[in-house]
Amino acid sequence: MLSERAKKEIEAALRKYPNRKSAVMDALRAAQKDKGHIAKDDMDEIASILEMRSVEVNAAAAFYTMYNVDRPVGKYHIQVCRNISCSLLGAEHLIKHMERALSIKTGETTPDKRFTLSTVECLGSCGTAPMMQINDDYHENLTEAKIDELLKKLE
Amino acid sequence: MEKVLLKNLGKPDSHRIENYIANGGYRALEAALKLKPDNIVQMVKDSGLRGRGGAGFSTGLKWSFIPKDPTIPKYLCCNADEGEPGTFKDRGIIDNDPHLLVEGMAIASYAIGAANSYIYIRGEFAFGADRLEAAIKEATEKGYLGNNIQGSGFSHNMYVHKGFGAYICGEETALLESIEGYRGQPRKKPPFPALSGLYAKPTVINNVETLACIPAIIEKGPKWFSSMGPEKSPGPKIYCVSGHVKKPGLYELPMGTTVRDLIFNHCGGMLKNRELKAVIPGGVSAPMLTTRDLDTPLDFDSLAAKGSMLGSGAVIVMDESTCMVKMALIINRFFSHESCGKCTPCRDGTPWLTNILKRIEGGQGRQGDVELLESLCTNIFGRTFCPLGDGAVMALRGALKNFRDEFQYHIDHKKCMAS
Repeated sequence: MLSERAKKEIEAALRKYPNRKSAVMDALRAAQKDKGHIAKDDMDEIASILEMRSVEVNAAAAFYTMYNVDRPVGKYHIQVCRNISCSLLGAEHLIKHMERALSIKTGETTPDKRFTLSTVECLGSCGTAPMMQINDDYHENLTEAKIDELLKKLE
Repeated sequence: MEKVLLKNLGKPDSHRIENYIANGGYRALEAALKLKPDNIVQMVKDSGLRGRGGAGFSTGLKWSFIPKDPTIPKYLCCNADEGEPGTFKDRGIIDNDPHLLVEGMAIASYAIGAANSYIYIRGEFAFGADRLEAAIKEATEKGYLGNNIQGSGFSHNMYVHKGFGAYICGEETALLESIEGYRGQPRKKPPFPALSGLYAKPTVINNVETLACIPAIIEKGPKWFSSMGPEKSPGPKIYCVSGHVKKPGLYELPMGTTVRDLIFNHCGGMLKNRELKAVIPGGVSAPMLTTRDLDTPLDFDSLAAKGSMLGSGAVIVMDESTCMVKMALIINRFFSHESCGKCTPCRDGTPWLTNILKRIEGGQGRQGDVELLESLCTNIFGRTFCPLGDGAVMALRGALKNFRDEFQYHIDHKKCMAS
């Protein structure tokens, strides 16, 4: 079930476009905000609000990589950039460091469901590499010490 | 040089409309609304401004393709789906000076007669999207957007459309598909967006940096703009420098600044004073340059003459310790990850390239792998639906052309000769 907040966000999105279908990306984003991922019944509900078929909502959700379709993530989703500028300044090293610190491998979630560690492609923060994103926030010019401090704050 | 695009960066609360106006903001829009739309299109043509998203097409010419019939609704879309690895210039403008973009878009919309515009911003830029939405609200409250702007009779609404992780949406027709609520896959051209774009209506799609040039062109005039940098690609340019330099970051300089000047003067030279090995001049799709090319001016035509391209102006600097096989793998893995799946050469070809590069890099390379990579490149290049596949091939060919012996060394010795 979508929250009332999500439904309000979808209503606001509908005011931006001349057709209902265009609001599908905002609607999926609103659904994901509720619980960190998108379930099948969320997509059915979005389909009925936007007068689309469920398969069309699913097609959009499956295409864009930031939607976590049926893929629950931890309270803190850590996404580390592994593209060229971050790699040149030691991203792989930092990813290994984080795997050790969290005792999980990339792609996994800690048993207490607090952290999910993912690697991602370029996040557009190359002048302050290496960098990562935790939920919506960017963390830049990373070092092992800086990561340790950040993780401690989130515990 | 007096800064045009990054002039407000670093000033306190530069994103607030009071500060933007206090620094001379929205005067260009007020002046533009007193001109005829056609005159503005002509001014932008005369300025010589070429699109800063990568293709380098004349902005004024693009605007002039929009039909004049006032009964047809028209759209402006700003491409803020900044995703070419190494690129972070649009984010610099959006986060710090969102009103510069809003003003540029309002002028462009008036020039082409668009009553509505969308800013397509990549999903990860949540901070920037909030900044833009706040800026649009402020501008509407001050009468720079909305109904009857500054009493001119021109009305315009601007909206933010948030992407959610798809590099391909930087391709203009995929961007339009995405706004319409579909998977972001490129459309067949023609028809071109100028005739049939968003919701099948005439549409202009411009990059953030392109639109950010517009207020200054109106205020200072096309001659001022065209007198800066090379005759055929004039104006200011934001270079995004990353990798092995002492001072990475955004540098606004006249178009045509040389690679050497950028790295060794503006960026303070190489990190740890190591030797330079290679430079990617325009985002990862652009074939790399080597130490032989340091005096190449960073502009559209000079880089094309060197077999590379200016692209997004993302300059990625690599020192002597860099393994080129690994860089080629990282770049190719990106394209393979971002392939939208629409056409076979790209969908199946890019992961195939990645697998071969992975085994060469991991010491499992086979004799003949370099030739296999080349053969796959031949079968992808020019045969894909959009430029994504070509970008993957151009990047890999650039690495093979300059560092073929490193690839072969990896295969022969199962290790790297550089790192």
